[in-house]
Amino acid sequence: MIDAVLVMNTQGKPRLAKFYKSLSPVKQQEIVRKVYSGLSSRAEHFCNFVEADEIFGARTKLVYKHFATLYFVFVIDSGESELGILDLIQVFVETLDSIFKNVCELDIVFNFNKVNTVLDEIVMGGQVVETNSTEIVKSVQEIFK
Amino acid sequence: MSFTTMEQLKTIGRELAMGSQGVWGSSKEFLELVKTIGEAKSKAEEERIVLAEIESLKRRIQEPDVPRKKMKEYIMRLVYVEMLGHDASFGYIHAVKMTHDDNLLLKRSGYLAVTLFLNEDHDLIILIINTIQKDLKSDNYLVCCAALTAVCRLINEETIPAVLPQIVELLNHQKELVRKKAVMALHRFFQRSPSTVSHLFPAFQERLCDRDPSVMSAVLCALYDMILVNVKPFKHLVASLVSILKQAVEHRLPKSYDYHRTPAPFVQIKLLKILALLGTGDKAASENMFNVLGDILKRSDSTSNIGNAILYECVRTLTSIYTNPRLLQNAAEITAKFLKSDNHNLKYMGIDALGRLIKITPECAENHQLAVIDCLEDPDDTLKRKTLDLLYKMTKANNVEVIVERMVEYIRNISDNHYKTEISSRVIELAERYAPSNQWFIQTMNQVFEIAGDLVPQKVAHDLMRLIAEGAGEEDEDADSHLRSSAVQAYLQILKEPKLPSILLQVISWVLGEYGIADGSHSAEFIIGKLCDIVATRPGDDKLKGYVVSAITKICAFEKAAGQTVDLIPECVSFIEELYASHSTDLQQRIYEFHAVLKLDRDTIASILPMDASCEDIEVDKDLSFLNSFVESALANGSRPYLSDNERRGMGAMTTLASNNDAGTSSLLRFQPYEKPSIPEPAAALVTASHYSQDAIDQHDIYSSTITVSTSSRAPESSSNDGTRLKLEGVQKKWGRPTYTPEAQVPKNPINISDSVKVSSSAAGKEASSRNSSAPPYTERKQPSQEISAEKKKLAASLFGSKAGETKAKPAAKLQQNGTSKKAPAKPTSPPAPAPAPPPADLLDLSDSLPQIPSVDPVDQLADLISVDSSAATSTTSLVEQVLDAGKVATKGPSPQASLQKDSVSRQVGVTPSGGTNPDLFKDLFG
Repeated sequence: MIDAVLVMNTQGKPRLAKFYKSLSPVKQQEIVRKVYSGLSSRAEHFCNFVEADEIFGARTKLVYKHFATLYFVFVIDSGESELGILDLIQVFVETLDSIFKNVCELDIVFNFNKVNTVLDEIVMGGQVVETNSTEIVKSVQEIFK
Repeated sequence: MSFTTMEQLKTIGRELAMGSQGVWGSSKEFLELVKTIGEAKSKAEEERIVLAEIESLKRRIQEPDVPRKKMKEYIMRLVYVEMLGHDASFGYIHAVKMTHDDNLLLKRSGYLAVTLFLNEDHDLIILIINTIQKDLKSDNYLVCCAALTAVCRLINEETIPAVLPQIVELLNHQKELVRKKAVMALHRFFQRSPSTVSHLFPAFQERLCDRDPSVMSAVLCALYDMILVNVKPFKHLVASLVSILKQAVEHRLPKSYDYHRTPAPFVQIKLLKILALLGTGDKAASENMFNVLGDILKRSDSTSNIGNAILYECVRTLTSIYTNPRLLQNAAEITAKFLKSDNHNLKYMGIDALGRLIKITPECAENHQLAVIDCLEDPDDTLKRKTLDLLYKMTKANNVEVIVERMVEYIRNISDNHYKTEISSRVIELAERYAPSNQWFIQTMNQVFEIAGDLVPQKVAHDLMRLIAEGAGEEDEDADSHLRSSAVQAYLQILKEPKLPSILLQVISWVLGEYGIADGSHSAEFIIGKLCDIVATRPGDDKLKGYVVSAITKICAFEKAAGQTVDLIPECVSFIEELYASHSTDLQQRIYEFHAVLKLDRDTIASILPMDASCEDIEVDKDLSFLNSFVESALANGSRPYLSDNERRGMGAMTTLASNNDAGTSSLLRFQPYEKPSIPEPAAALVTASHYSQDAIDQHDIYSSTITVSTSSRAPESSSNDGTRLKLEGVQKKWGRPTYTPEAQVPKNPINISDSVKVSSSAAGKEASSRNSSAPPYTERKQPSQEISAEKKKLAASLFGSKAGETKAKPAAKLQQNGTSKKAPAKPTSPPAPAPAPPPADLLDLSDSLPQIPSVDPVDQLADLISVDSSAATSTTSLVEQVLDAGKVATKGPSPQASLQKDSVSRQVGVTPSGGTNPDLFKDLFG
C-alpha cells in the first residue's frame, strides 16, 4: 500500500503532504524533513528509490521523481511495484499538467484543494484506484463544474 | 534559490494578472502570504510570518457571518499553515461545519480539510458521522464519492458499524466510480479490523466479475491484502485470476486501460503479486500459472519502464511459486538484462531479482559477478546498500573475508545510526558463522566495535571475551595462549587510538586483566598503567571503571599468588582512593573487595582468583549439603523445620524446587509457558544471588571472571562452598539458555518460520533431485572484455570463487548452498534443497531471520564454539545477565515451545545453536 504522498520543493518546503496512516502532526513534519534530507543529496542519475526503513518502518521505500523545482515522493511498502509507482507519479504529474496547463510549483500551492482532489482520484486509502490520466481529468472536471 | 524565486515571482505575476480572486478563488492575501514565506530569508522570519497569519485567521474566523466562500478560503489557509508545521486546531470545528454544507464544492473542501486535520480517533469525528451517513445515501454520486473518500480516513473500528450497511449497498450502485470506491472503503475497513468485514468475502469475490474492469482492479487490491493474511480461503480463485491475467495480457481489456501501449499494466502487476502468494508451495496452483507467465515474459516490452515493471514482477512471481526450470531460465535472462542496463532503477531491480534467484539456483550469481561489483562500487547509496544485501545473502566460507571487509568499509563511511546498527549486526552474524580463524574474528570484532561502538549489543562483547577465554575449544593450550597474547598485543595497539567507544574499552580492560601478564612479556606495572590510562580517557564512565577495577584486582592477585609484591603506581593509587568516595555503590564495593583480596594470604588468593580460570566449571552443591550439620543442630535445638512457599500455602508438591531443578537437568521439552519469574526457592543463596546480580546488572555486566563475592556480606550462605559462587542453576533453568542470535534477529513472525522449516524438511529431498537434473546450467558469461581492471577481476574471483573452483566439484556447491539457502534447513543427508516451497518470503521477506544452517566447514564450528555457554560461566554476573537476556528473548521470541526446544537442544550439548531447530549442527561438531 501507499503510506504517504509528498510533494516538496527543492528547498524542502512541503507543497502537498498526504498521509494514509495516522501520524501526529509532529511526526509528519519530522518525516517531511527526513525525506527531504534523504533526497536532496542524491544525484540526478541515481535510482529513484530510497529505502526508508528508518523513516517509515521496515520494508518501506521512497519512490520519487524530480521535476523542475519539485520532488514528487510516494512512500510505499512491499505490496506496491517500485517501477509501477514511478509511472504512477508520471500519471499524477501529467494529469496536473493537463488541468493547470503547464503546471508549476505555485499552481500547486494555490490550488491545494484541486490538487488534493486529483490525488484522491488516483489514490484512495493508500490504494491505487485510477491510472488513466484522461479519466482522472474527467472526474475532476465533473466535480469542479 | 534566486532562480526559483524568479520563477515564483513570474508565476505570481501571472496569478496577479488573473485578478485578485485568481482563477481558483485564492485571494490576494493568500498570494501575499505565500510570496512572503517564499522570500523569507530565515526559518525565524518564516515563523514570524506564519504566526502573524495564525493570529489574523483566529480573529477573522470568529467573526459572525463570515461568508461561506470566505470561510472556505480561511480553512484552506489553515491547511496550508498546518502543513508548514503549525498548530491550526482552533479552526478544526469550522472545517467540520463546512462538511454539512449543501454546496458540493464547499462540502468537498470541508471533507478535505477534515481528512487532513483529524485522525480517526479525534473527538470531533463524532460530529461528522451523521453527515457521512446522509451523504452516502445521496442521489448525487459525486457526494457519495466525497463521503467514501472521507470514510477511508475518518472511520475507526468503533464507527465502522455505523456506515457499513450503506457502503455494502453502494457495492451495487449503478455508477462504476461509486462501486469502485465502495470496494476501496471496505478494503480499508478490512485493514482496520478484519472481523468487521469478514462476512463480506463472497460479495468481494462477486465484484471480481464486475462488468467494469476498474471495479475488478479495485477488488484486486483488497484481495491482495486478504490473501496476505491467509491464503487458504482464496485458493479456488487461482483459475479465475489466471484467466483475468490472460485477458489483460492478450489485450482484451478496453483500450482505456492501456498505459504507453502496455495493456492494463497495473492490473497485471497486482495479479502477479497475488499469484505469487497463491502459488507459493502449491504445485497444482503453480502449474496453472506457468502458461500465462510464459506469455508475459514473451510479450512484455522491455524498452519501457512499465514493461520492465511487469517483467520484474513476473520474475518475482516465478521465484516464489513452484519452480519451472524453463521459465526460471527466462527469468535469469531478464535479470541479466536488468543488471547490464545503464539505468540505475533497472540495476536496482536486477540486484533484487538476483537475490531472489540465488535462493533457488545459487550458481547463477557467478554469471553476473562484474555487474554486481559495479553496483557495489556505485556512488548511489541505494544501489550499494541493495548490493550489500545481496552479498549478505550469498556469503559463504570462501568469500566471507571479502564481503565482511566491504561491509566494514561501508559502515565506516555512513553516519546513519539505523543502518550502522543493522549492517554491523550482519557483519557480526557473518563473522560468527563463517570466520576462517579466531584471529580474523577478533580483528573483525574489534573493527566493528571501533566503528559502530555503542550501537553493538553488549552481548557481542561478552561473546568475544568468551571466545578469547576459551580459545578454539580444543585442548590445544599453546594455540589458545598464542591467541590470547596476540589479542593482548592487538588491544595495546588499539589503545593508542583516541576516542574509543566504551564497549571496546570494556573488552580491552577485561582481556588485559585476565591475560595482560599471562605470557610474561608485559609487567604488571605496565598493564596497570594502561588500565589507568583507559579510565582517564572516559572519566564519567562508571561501568568502565568497574571493569578496570576488577582487572586491576586480578592482576594484583595473580602477582601476589605468584609470590611477587605489587607496588601500585601513583595514578592507580589515586584512582583507587577516589573510588572509595564514589557515588556508585557498585564501584565502592569493588574497591573494598580489592582491598580485602589483597589482605589475604597467598594460597587463599590463588584459590579464589586462579590464573586463567574464567571458563572453569563451577561446581555448585545444589542440595546445600554443607549446611546439613547446621540444620541438624538447629533442629536439635528446637527450630521448626523449613517449609517451602508452596507447602506453606498448602499447594503440595506441584511446582516444588525439586521439579524445577529436575526439569532443568533433563533435556525433555516442556511445553508449558515459563512461570512468572518469582522466587519460589527456599535456597537462600539463590535469592541473594539473584538480588545481588540484579542490583549489579545495571552498573556492570561482567565482574572479573573469577572474583569472588566472599567479601560481600550479602551472600554468606554460599561462601562455604567452592569459592562462593553465585548459584544460578535454578535461575538459568527458568529462563533458558541465552540464544546466540543477536536480538535484532529474533524472528518476528514465528508462524512463517516454522512453516518453512516444515515444508522444506518434508519435501526437500524429493524435489531437489528433479531440479538438479532438469535445470540446465546457465550459459557462461562471455569473457569480460579487456578494459575490466585486474583489480575488479580479482575482487570478482574472491567474491564468487574462481572458475577453477567452480569445476572442482559438487561438494563445494553443496556446501555453498547449505550455507546460503536459508529456507531449506534440510537434513544433512539430503542434497541441497532448492526450497520447493519457498516461504511466503517475498512480501514479508524473513530471510534475515530464518533459521540458518551452518555448513560443514570447520570454521563454522568456531562460531558455535564462541557461544559455548560455559556452565563454566565466564563470569558470574555476566551469566546472570545472559540469563536475563535469555528471558527477554524467551518472552519476545516465537513461542515458548520454540524457545524451550532451542533451550533443551542447547543444553544437551552445551552449545547455543544459532538456528534453533537444526539438528545437523551437532553432527558437525561431534561426529
